[in-house]
Amino acid sequence: MSYTALAVLGVVLVVLLDLVALRTRLLRRRAFWTAYAIVLFFQLLTNGILTGLRIVRYDGAAIVGSSTPTDAPPPFLGDGRIAFAPFEDLLFGFALVVLTQVLWVWLGRRGLQRTPYAGPPRVRMPGAAEDA
Amino acid sequence: MSRFAYLAVLVFVLVGTAWLEVLLRTGVYARWRRLLLTLVPVVVVFCAWDLYAIAAGHWTFDPERTTGVVLPGALPLDEVLFFVVVPIAALLTLEAVRSVTRWEVGDEPPGACAGGLRVDDEEPR
Repeated sequence: MSYTALAVLGVVLVVLLDLVALRTRLLRRRAFWTAYAIVLFFQLLTNGILTGLRIVRYDGAAIVGSSTPTDAPPPFLGDGRIAFAPFEDLLFGFALVVLTQVLWVWLGRRGLQRTPYAGPPRVRMPGAAEDA
Repeated sequence: MSRFAYLAVLVFVLVGTAWLEVLLRTGVYARWRRLLLTLVPVVVVFCAWDLYAIAAGHWTFDPERTTGVVLPGALPLDEVLFFVVVPIAALLTLEAVRSVTRWEVGDEPPGACAGGLRVDDEEPR
């Protein structure tokens, strides 16, 4: 199976795990999407380093775009790539993050180390909830 | 380029997120048993994916810029560490959002949330 097909399958499986199998329903929470937006920014940055410097190289037969060139960086944008990385990496990263967070929330819901709860922050954060 | 290039990226992620545990009290490292039980299946599933991808030739690694420690199946140690470090960063981010916003995530005890917000606030620790 190509990386493209596996990456799509990975996303489908974690979505089913969250919404159907474990019913954690993290994908319906704004806390998840806010955290994901932050993770995505840093994925584009760090994965851009790993793929732009060709520390990780891809075979064009496995992805929508072309193989990582042997003598130059891959395109920053286009040819199936976003920030040097195959767009498939975004699906891979989404599956990795969702699987992790779903298992974490599921274990907590079953009573494993619910505490210490997150917060309150030691410092004032922009956008923080007002004290009652 | 150094063989610690990949590792340096992982250290950046680990160091760049560690402050959340201290300043936002995310409690991810503090709940280390829950963290460990979360990480085990994640590492197993994604190492399996990685091993398949390496065997099928989907991707390769620059031997000059990875540690050179390679596990059976041609899996670089760097990749295994990736599947530990990135999930920890993802959990720290989720708990940091919860710490700051008090938004409901789904693992709260019954009655702890109302209208999607945590309402059973404890005294600041």
